[in-house]
Amino acid sequence: MTGAQAVPGALLTGAAGWLFVIFAVLALGMAIAVVVARNPIHSALFLLSSFLLVACIFILQQAEFVGAVQILVYAGGIMVLFLFVIMLVHQRGVRERLTFQHQWDVALLFVLAFLLPFLYVLWTERFPDLPQNLDAFRTVRGKIAGNTQAVAWVLYRDYLLPFEVASVFLLVAMIGAVVLGKRSAEKVD
Amino acid sequence: MSDYLPILVFALLAAALPLATILIARALQSRKPNPAKLEPYECGIEATTFALDTRFSVRYFLIAVLFVVFDVETIFLFPWAVMFNRLGLFGLIEMLIFLTILVIGYFYVWKRKALDWA
Amino acid sequence: MKVSASDWLLLSPELFLTAAGLLILSISAFFDKAKEEFLAFLTLLFVGVAIGLVAFLSGYGGRGAPIFAGMFIVDNFAIFFKLLMLVSIALTVLASIQFVGRAPYPAGDYYALLLFTGVGMLFMVSGNNLVSIYVALELMALSSYILAGYFKLEIKSTEAALKYFVLGAFSSGVLLYGLSLVYGIAGRMGLPDLAKLFESQAKSNLLLVGILLILAGLLFKIAAVPFHVWTPDVYEGSPTPVTAFFSVGPKLAAYAILARIFYVGFPKFHADWGLIIALVSAATMVFGNVAALLQTNVKRMLAYSSIAHAGYALMGVLGFRTEFGLWGILVYLLAYTFMNFGVFALVVFLETKGYAAESVADFNGLARRNMTAAVVMLVFLLSLAGIPPTAGFIGKYYLFTSAMKAGYAWLAVLAVLMSALSLFYYFRIAAAMFFSEAEGAPLKSSYALTAAVLICAAATVIVGVAPQPFVEMLRACVIKAP
Repeated sequence: MTGAQAVPGALLTGAAGWLFVIFAVLALGMAIAVVVARNPIHSALFLLSSFLLVACIFILQQAEFVGAVQILVYAGGIMVLFLFVIMLVHQRGVRERLTFQHQWDVALLFVLAFLLPFLYVLWTERFPDLPQNLDAFRTVRGKIAGNTQAVAWVLYRDYLLPFEVASVFLLVAMIGAVVLGKRSAEKVD
Repeated sequence: MSDYLPILVFALLAAALPLATILIARALQSRKPNPAKLEPYECGIEATTFALDTRFSVRYFLIAVLFVVFDVETIFLFPWAVMFNRLGLFGLIEMLIFLTILVIGYFYVWKRKALDWA
Repeated sequence: MKVSASDWLLLSPELFLTAAGLLILSISAFFDKAKEEFLAFLTLLFVGVAIGLVAFLSGYGGRGAPIFAGMFIVDNFAIFFKLLMLVSIALTVLASIQFVGRAPYPAGDYYALLLFTGVGMLFMVSGNNLVSIYVALELMALSSYILAGYFKLEIKSTEAALKYFVLGAFSSGVLLYGLSLVYGIAGRMGLPDLAKLFESQAKSNLLLVGILLILAGLLFKIAAVPFHVWTPDVYEGSPTPVTAFFSVGPKLAAYAILARIFYVGFPKFHADWGLIIALVSAATMVFGNVAALLQTNVKRMLAYSSIAHAGYALMGVLGFRTEFGLWGILVYLLAYTFMNFGVFALVVFLETKGYAAESVADFNGLARRNMTAAVVMLVFLLSLAGIPPTAGFIGKYYLFTSAMKAGYAWLAVLAVLMSALSLFYYFRIAAAMFFSEAEGAPLKSSYALTAAVLICAAATVIVGVAPQPFVEMLRACVIKAP
């Protein structure tokens, strides 16, 4: 992009920048641990740490609302689902086997095929002028409020209809859970 | 960002406390390993089944999925609540519609007896 | 933000359909199995009203400008797709009444899900902002996953739902990643705003990666090669009326939004995405036709055939900034919806008569047992192969011409060759119907299914014999590239 006086990472300088590096490296490490761990319970716990670290990164970017969502929905709700699935399918013997690690060589090839061009693009990219000051994400009508307030202001006004469509979406998720998850014997009246 | 300094201190303390108890206990304990100590406790009788042999009913999962759906719903309520004063009547009606749609879902789940445990 | 009464009016079909779905859902628990047909007729009535609303909007003066803070737009393009999608939902209801009615599952939820899929599709073709498009797309996709697995006691239906869901969720992730990259670079999400911003900026590789990921996510929904692998299994396993619906409804929405995102949002990069779409189109039609030739299972053969047709249809997106524009794909989709739905509706017919419709042999001697069904099936097959005087021929004619005008003559030649190849496997079904012996009593179809099939057949023949008025009307429905 032209006129890119903005340096990549300029949003996070000083201590915040270092914190970002720490959180990011830890989050990636945890994500790798999720895949390579042999015990599914361990995988789930690594995933939980990864979620929490990502939440920390969001908060570092002053996106407090998304950070809170990350903790409430992912670390709270989605984790519960994962643990239930492990409980439902976890039988003796599963733990000792490498269930999902048969094709790691092919998987590695695909990961590299995706990662390397991506790294190249990121490396050569000259980033456009991002909003230098993060206050843009917590401003309501020109006055500084909080990130949550700013999200609310946009979400409940401009994004009125997508927001309502989201509630229909949640409703369909409920129907799906009942239609597919309920035992069939009780299904037919 | 400096608002988060107390939270960081708190997080460090929270991490230090369990770590300290584990380490102190490890330093002070006496170790006398014995196979009986590793058995699951069943009133002194030898365990006949293995914990992982029992499979859980899929109904637990159904409840968990419904929990996540309502969890996401609360997420939408939160920013609405902090801006309630400025969103005004428009926001109230909007949220009422949102909730009505989900209450219809709740009604549906109820009528289909997905919450019955018997 | 200002929302005027006219904004609400313009989206009234979607809002009405949502309310209808909610109503069906909340009363469905009160109907026992014997009285569920009433719910089907209620659904048909609601879809009919929605069609009326859209038809009314086609003459409404306020259309064409962005509404709801730029989230949506109701232009002629959207109105055409909405009409076609609503008709496909109505046809699906007609084809489902007997099929779902005799299965041991509550039908009310099924019709409600069908309506919610429709809500997603309708919002999607009106989407003018990446967020509104994505939310609508997810609503459509989630409802389809559930419909695919609706016959959950049948292992193949469950398998179809699982495969559709896992691959669909993955492709949604790819799409969302692309959207977030574009947003990260542009800082805005309205399609016209994006185009305006990119016009004044130099090319960025990261942006191209984002656009590529968006394209990949949408090509999955269209089932274009190399994102087609889910199609045969999902089409084979889903309840057949649902398969018929998948092969037209959600695909229409995906074509529409693909065209809108790339024509309105990324016109500047048309050389890049145009080339990719041309290559994908070529690969899709070759692979789809060759694979269909090798199938023995009818549902899988038709699945590959609809992959091949996705390859043809993609040619219609290539006419960017030519006099044809999207004209070709609009004409083609009009024909495709009816002929492809019709073919699957006849498979539904055989299945309700106790045939598994697994192999071509199930069509043996159909001409003796139900002449109308055999003749109508022949019409659909001729139309799919692109033989005049059927709608399929008109559709392909406009499609190929638009590819020629856009400078993709090689692609048009390939498409003609592939159409010729497709004759072989379509002919296998035709030959089984007319030249094979089979014993058995005459087969009678239910009224609803007969109606669905005859509507499809009538549309296929009328558009084929007298295409002029339709074609002229569709000329006004294209999106003008800036």
